[in-house]
Amino acid sequence: MSSTTQGTTIAMPKLGESVTEGTLGSWLKAVGDVVEKYEPLVEVVTDKVTAEIPAPVSGTIVAIVGDEGETIPVGGAICVINEGGDVAVAEAPITEVLGDEAASQQAAAPPAASDRHGDEERARADRDEQEMLRIRSSPIVRRLAEEHEIDLASIAGSGIGGRVTKSDILAEIEQRRHAPVAPAQAQVPPTVPAQQPATIQPPIAPPPLHAPIHPAPPVEIWPGDEVIDASIMRRQIAEHMSRSVQTAPHVTVWMEADMSQVVAVRNRYKDEFARREGFSLTYFPFLIRVVTQALRDFPDVNAVWDNGRIIRRKAVNIGVAVALEDGLIVPVIHGADEKNLVGIARSVHDLAERARTNRLSADDVRGGTFTLNNPGTLGSLFSTPIIVQPQSAILSMEAVVKRAVVIDDAIAIRPMMNLSLSIDHRLLDGLAATRFLAAVKTSLESYPTDSSIY
Amino acid sequence: MEHDERVMILGEDVGKRGGVFRVTDGLQEKFGELRVLDSPLSESSIIGVAIGASANGMLPVAEIQFLDFIHPAMNQIMSEAAKTRYRSGGDFSCPIVIRAPYGGGIHGALYHSQSIEALFTHIPGLKVVAPIDPYDAKGLLSSAIHDPDPVMFLEHKRAYRAIRGDVPDEMYTVPIGKARVVREGTDMTIISYGWYVQEVLEAVDAYTQQQQASIEVIDLRSLRPLDSETILSSVIKTGKVMIVHEANKFGGLGGEISAIIAEEAFPYLDGPIVRIAGPEVPAMPYAAPLEKAFLTSADDIRAAIDRLAAY
Repeated sequence: MSSTTQGTTIAMPKLGESVTEGTLGSWLKAVGDVVEKYEPLVEVVTDKVTAEIPAPVSGTIVAIVGDEGETIPVGGAICVINEGGDVAVAEAPITEVLGDEAASQQAAAPPAASDRHGDEERARADRDEQEMLRIRSSPIVRRLAEEHEIDLASIAGSGIGGRVTKSDILAEIEQRRHAPVAPAQAQVPPTVPAQQPATIQPPIAPPPLHAPIHPAPPVEIWPGDEVIDASIMRRQIAEHMSRSVQTAPHVTVWMEADMSQVVAVRNRYKDEFARREGFSLTYFPFLIRVVTQALRDFPDVNAVWDNGRIIRRKAVNIGVAVALEDGLIVPVIHGADEKNLVGIARSVHDLAERARTNRLSADDVRGGTFTLNNPGTLGSLFSTPIIVQPQSAILSMEAVVKRAVVIDDAIAIRPMMNLSLSIDHRLLDGLAATRFLAAVKTSLESYPTDSSIY
Repeated sequence: MEHDERVMILGEDVGKRGGVFRVTDGLQEKFGELRVLDSPLSESSIIGVAIGASANGMLPVAEIQFLDFIHPAMNQIMSEAAKTRYRSGGDFSCPIVIRAPYGGGIHGALYHSQSIEALFTHIPGLKVVAPIDPYDAKGLLSSAIHDPDPVMFLEHKRAYRAIRGDVPDEMYTVPIGKARVVREGTDMTIISYGWYVQEVLEAVDAYTQQQQASIEVIDLRSLRPLDSETILSSVIKTGKVMIVHEANKFGGLGGEISAIIAEEAFPYLDGPIVRIAGPEVPAMPYAAPLEKAFLTSADDIRAAIDRLAAY
């Protein structure tokens, strides 16, 4: 926060330890609004965690600097609040309102206008009039968009400057009305973290949402098609997955593990555990436990390829993919190697619970060094998971299935589980990958049956 | 006048001459000098006498030769006629009609061209109608004569010769306070009255011949009371609205209509409310090219339709 003649400049707060920037979500207040201290001003999206930024002071918002979807560095101005009484809303050009430094965030400061009309336009002076017209939608368009949950930015407007007109939005609504309803995603049982073969963790510096890495040509829409605006999360997943596949040459290695001993330990403790903890004990914590031990022995798997340098992470922070109704999020168990099995189980349960109720903090989804994924809960037997950047590997546990296996030339029935490991071939080779995976497999198969989970 | 003996006419040159625009031609011969009364050149007395006659049971139709010259009667209209019912606690009413030609485009120059109807719409207690369709003119005149309150009946000069239409011989009425939807449409509403309804229709025809669009055209007919219901339901349907009148913009009827729309139908608007009006010039000039420049043309309206449709 800094003061100017116009008021107090509100800066992009640091939402987490390693957070360097945030993407603005919806503005909850507009220029001219009077806000109380602690009242939410704007949503900020960092790494798929949406947080509301509270007003640090009471007053009137005299200028809004950052627009929805804009990424602003920590400390960068997002708006100006005047704590005084009579307020001339953004009378001065943005350079005067914010001071030169903050104004340099803006594309171009406008010339000071002498009349008092169009204050808000001047406050958002980095936009030209055409752009203003495009986003300045009429009352009926805004109302219809809200009623039908349509993102105006997704509609090609036929009005002046690309403005979305009433007929544009009515056509869009009509199109949706005739479209089949998309089937809802399967609900995930609350104690099951993750179900998808790919896991996501947003990049350290997410690119602007409106600038896909590979702008694809627009797809032709056929009659009856349903056109849905992707959520911010969906778009970030799309961007991150594309970038990961482009950045890291992926190789996937599979192995199977005999889970008999893990099953035995789980069966011994599961009733007591459920009674004591209030949730079920799954196989996932067992895998996390053996993986954290294996990562200590294979430091290159717990590492980052950094343009010719290898950064071996000291911390062992395990990302666990959690499937949500409308996407996927990867909260992180920090210091997973310092926790016992129950501690890990509690962490997984807590993170999954908070992920589904949208209560994760920015730090919860940061700092992962290796990611685990559990598509097996839905019956998956093989997958080719995509690495969460900038990590070097990701491991999926597949379904635990009783199979006939040959042991000492005899056929036995054993609970078997496949492990799918994707590696970044820039940093890891088949040798390291298979050795690491073999270590995980061995640890699972030789899991001490007499060990206590507490 | 045949049906009701209480109906009488008074004004300058209404009798022997039959009115400068021949509106009352032949009526004095038919109904006599007392029911078709040639008055002195005194607007104040014309209205004052009408008020007095109405208080004594007559239904006077007073003619002011040109609306431009009505100002000497303003006190009679505003302070007496419009307030009679309220002042008397409903004991008296003032069932007079004040007919007056208004508007320009006929080389009437400064004092025979003005559109000052907005002065009268501001006065509570006074009704103001301005029909342009012959059927409406007869029906509204009938309603105005039998209305218990004073009604300003404004006749656009260009309509006297330029507009022809079949009118039923029998008695009928058109209600005061009801607008007429001349064209139905879904993409834009254009509200007008008086001569400009013609210009609007011409512009709309030109536009719809080239564009796939349907434009609703409303002839207000009645300026006070204003048919807000018809205006609002149309704007709610179309989302875009243009108001066209010959009178100048500032303080004109378009401003009131705009305000009503902004207050009541804001959530339905899909564009700015557009007003097309005469220029802020003290009077209409006599010289033909200047008069032409003064008057909004169908082409001007057409261009405004283009702009609003594209918005």
